[in-house]
Amino acid sequence: MRITEETVQYVAALAKLNVSEEEKNKVAKDLDRILDYIETMNGLDTEGVEPMSHVLPVKNVFREDEVSNQDNREELLKNAPQRIGDSFAVPKTVE
Amino acid sequence: MKAYETVIGLEVHVELATKSKIFCGCTTQFGGDPNTHCCPVCTGMPGTLPVLNKKVVEFAMAAGLAMNCKITQHCKFDRKNYFYPDLPKAYQISQLYLPICRDGGIEIETEAGKKTIRIHEIHMEEDAGKLIHDPWEDCTLVDYNRCGVPLIEIVSEPDMRSAEEVIAYLDKLRLILQYLGVSDCKMQEGSLRADINLSVRELGAREFGTRTEMKNMNSFKAIARAIEGERKRQIELLEEGKKVIQETRRWDDNKDTSFAMRSKEDAQDYRYFPEPDLPPIEISDEWLEEIRKRQPELRDEKMLRYEKEFDIPAYDAAIITGSKHLADLFEETVALCQKPKEVSNWLMVETMRLLKEQEMEPEEITFTPGQLAALIKMVDGNKINRTVAKEVFEKIFKENVDPEEYVEKNGLGMVSDDGLLRSTIEKIIADSPQSVADYKSGKTKAMGFIVGQTMKEMKGKADPGKVNQLVKEMLDSL
Amino acid sequence: MIDITRLSALELGRKIKAKEITVAEAVQAQLEIIKQRDPDYNCYITVLEEDALAQAEQVQTRIDAGELNDSPLAGVPLAVKDNICTKGVKTTCASQILYNFEPTYDATVIEKLKEAGLIIIGKTNCDEFAMGSTTETSFFGVTKNPWNTDCVPGGSSGGSAAAVAAEEAFLALGSDTGGSIRQPAGYCGVVGIKPTYGTVSRYGLIAYASSLDQIGTFGRSVSDCAAALELISGHDIKDSTSAPQESYRYTDALVDDVMGMRIGIPKDYLGAGIEEEVKESILKAAQVLKSKGAIVEEFELHSVEFAVPSYYVIACAEASSNLSRFDGVKYGYRTSEFEGLQDVYKKSRSEGFGNEVKRRMMIGAFVLSSGYYDAFYNKALKVRALINQGFQKAFEKFDIILGPIAPETAPRLGESLSDPLKMYLSDIYTVSVNLAGLPGISLPCGVDKKGLPIGLQLIGRHFGEKDIIRAAYSFEQAGSYERPTTLTKAQGKEA
Ligand SMILES: [Mg+2]
Ligand SMILES: [Zn+2]
Repeated sequence: MRITEETVQYVAALAKLNVSEEEKNKVAKDLDRILDYIETMNGLDTEGVEPMSHVLPVKNVFREDEVSNQDNREELLKNAPQRIGDSFAVPKTVE
Repeated sequence: MKAYETVIGLEVHVELATKSKIFCGCTTQFGGDPNTHCCPVCTGMPGTLPVLNKKVVEFAMAAGLAMNCKITQHCKFDRKNYFYPDLPKAYQISQLYLPICRDGGIEIETEAGKKTIRIHEIHMEEDAGKLIHDPWEDCTLVDYNRCGVPLIEIVSEPDMRSAEEVIAYLDKLRLILQYLGVSDCKMQEGSLRADINLSVRELGAREFGTRTEMKNMNSFKAIARAIEGERKRQIELLEEGKKVIQETRRWDDNKDTSFAMRSKEDAQDYRYFPEPDLPPIEISDEWLEEIRKRQPELRDEKMLRYEKEFDIPAYDAAIITGSKHLADLFEETVALCQKPKEVSNWLMVETMRLLKEQEMEPEEITFTPGQLAALIKMVDGNKINRTVAKEVFEKIFKENVDPEEYVEKNGLGMVSDDGLLRSTIEKIIADSPQSVADYKSGKTKAMGFIVGQTMKEMKGKADPGKVNQLVKEMLDSL
Repeated sequence: MIDITRLSALELGRKIKAKEITVAEAVQAQLEIIKQRDPDYNCYITVLEEDALAQAEQVQTRIDAGELNDSPLAGVPLAVKDNICTKGVKTTCASQILYNFEPTYDATVIEKLKEAGLIIIGKTNCDEFAMGSTTETSFFGVTKNPWNTDCVPGGSSGGSAAAVAAEEAFLALGSDTGGSIRQPAGYCGVVGIKPTYGTVSRYGLIAYASSLDQIGTFGRSVSDCAAALELISGHDIKDSTSAPQESYRYTDALVDDVMGMRIGIPKDYLGAGIEEEVKESILKAAQVLKSKGAIVEEFELHSVEFAVPSYYVIACAEASSNLSRFDGVKYGYRTSEFEGLQDVYKKSRSEGFGNEVKRRMMIGAFVLSSGYYDAFYNKALKVRALINQGFQKAFEKFDIILGPIAPETAPRLGESLSDPLKMYLSDIYTVSVNLAGLPGISLPCGVDKKGLPIGLQLIGRHFGEKDIIRAAYSFEQAGSYERPTTLTKAQGKEA
């Protein structure tokens, strides 16, 4: 099995998710099975193939350097779970 | 103790001088009330999409060309994924796989001589927001005004060996970018920030030592101190037989030491992948040529031209071109008064003196070429003498006065009235029998005293040449 | 009095123009049906009662002033999948993490629809963040298939498909990342179009997988569906991946004529795993088109079995990045008790997201993580390139490709959730279309013995919407397929 409980822990940390001790084993098994299946794509020879990240040949899409927006603070903060003054607030980030 | 060598590479983040942000139409203006320079795009509201500011690409190309880089004519953006409250999308749009510029280098000069610092790459990316610690609420406040301001990150090879070289390199970068008009490079406003990668190794060793990274240094002084501090720390570790740990450290300039930034929570795994929301950029030969043609004269060329065209000393040319603002001031003033040497003198002597006295940077000078040119013309036309001119210049420098008005209002104009001058000299001659006697007995130096006293009496408003001439004439006729 | 909600969208538009029906009457009739039926099907997360009536009044004024003479669907109520941003109206992605989120702007498609005078009647249920094929992963409960409430409506745009099928909306918007419009359209017996990537602006669509997502439309007929698509299509400067086209007049393609059209059927789509009834129905549909003069041929598409793994790598990778912004800081759900910032992140996200979303974010983080990028993500992009090449080659020979939407008709509730891998595999006929960015239409072509609709899929070349619309319309005009006629109530009784 490739996906160990440690891998689950690592990936969960990257995704900022908690996975409880009890869940870890089940999640590891699930992911392992899915990744095993995903690896079937190795059956296709892709030697020399350019990876395709964009499907259409669209390129050079630009905007001009112009200021078009106004102060929009109230709208921006409208959905904030915690607001102090005119800012979003989070638990302190420095000790 | 063994002999050690310090190996330093820099990652320099430069905020570009565009009017609007990199992916939206918000202003890039510095400051502003928190969260007033934002829109759904730069704050990563769900469903929004980025649209690239063309100017950012052109500025990055210009910087790359000036730093002798190869321009990546097929380039793309990638996402760098990590969680932090100043990064509202939880990814930074940046470039990893195909940065816009690669393989360049710039020449620096220190007391040891000239040296090339290679540039590994320059890539485009977006800036993050600002976090403010609120001691009362025990919270961190998030302001997204800077979020989405365009940056270029200039990554050097580990080619520097001392703080002196680092400062020379940064200064050179600053000048290039300012001359290009690509950035104002104001360190105090964070528009130029350096991450320092530093390691030490025994002199002569072939392998690099383990490096640490110090983030977001924003003054030359702090950088020099941080390099010294970190170098010492690493050497001490090695001398004690311990190992340097590869980590990110925060330099605390007040405590004069660096601290490891806790990174337990953050595996440094940014999971870069191509940004699907932005199509690739294809830079045609024509576009590249257009940018090349538009490149302004940079510092080194300008310096040589000043020596040749204006016949000013290399030292002076170096000082004046050491600031884009100073150089612009110089050229525009010369254009108005056609007196390059005079202009150079004012900048080299009085301006430098006042900058030092006021602890200011040349960029902070507020007087205009028109004001300096007017002053020079007044001196040249004998409307004021040099002593008065210095006083007027100080007023121009500090208070931005109009020189002609100021001279007029304070009656500082030169006294050209022969009658007043003569009667004053007469009075001084009458009051100085000893000097007159000395003069008459052949001690011609005694005339200096009469002239000095006259100038004093005239409060410096007399033309010294004229006073000399009159005093001699009147003494001789006695 | 006529049964307003049984009309087609275009008919309703005509009657409104002709002043036979007022917009308010249409909206009221629609709200009434929703009130009657939605407790059984749960198509909607949010129904806009007052707001829809207010919109009706404004639109009526504009119609009366002659401002909307060129807008054939003015006054027609339409449902919007709840992952498309509507200003001031809750947009949840069927997730707890956005349970209270009110966007401060309208998606480009919403602006266009409002401009054209359509009435947004409500926001429809879907799989959480469009991740699923059954609409069972919604935080707001499952949506049921109106033709058999023991079955799923498909997904992820199951609420939109079911609403149109159950006459709870004339039209609906959905989004299709790996089949999320076409498959539920197939399961619910309605028409659904996923246009070419870049045809409809994604600005305002809360991203699942940015390089695959496209907004599209549902209708009870090809005409309605095409007319709605025409309204929302077009180049948008706010979406850098939007690709400008000369013409977006899809209704021009509503022509009953497939004479000489070259249609390919991938043999690979009719092999193992497909239900016999579905296969028969698809082949019968091909015969109908052939009898109208199309040239129908089977061919080998190749690499079909690699589409699903490639799709899941790319979709999960992009999703893991796109969904990181939901962190309890700027909007949406924040956990009530926390110690420190990391706790805000982890608890808000762990509590706010459902299992399927978390699973996909972890897969995504894994395939992008250092050491695995090349073997998984980059490999998937190469597979994607080959799949695209396969289609390009096929389109040298054919104008459209014909095949099934799914191997089976709508599964029973709960069946798919127990085994995610099985659910992923059911996307086999739809995901490659997204990988290659092609347009696809799904339309009903029969019912199985259980009385459930069977869906037919037509795939076009890039920007070949008109080809598939013309073929779909021609097939529909032949009328030679059965469709269910009776809605069922939750308890199995007829409505
Ligand atoms: Mg960077
Ligand atoms: Zn903005």
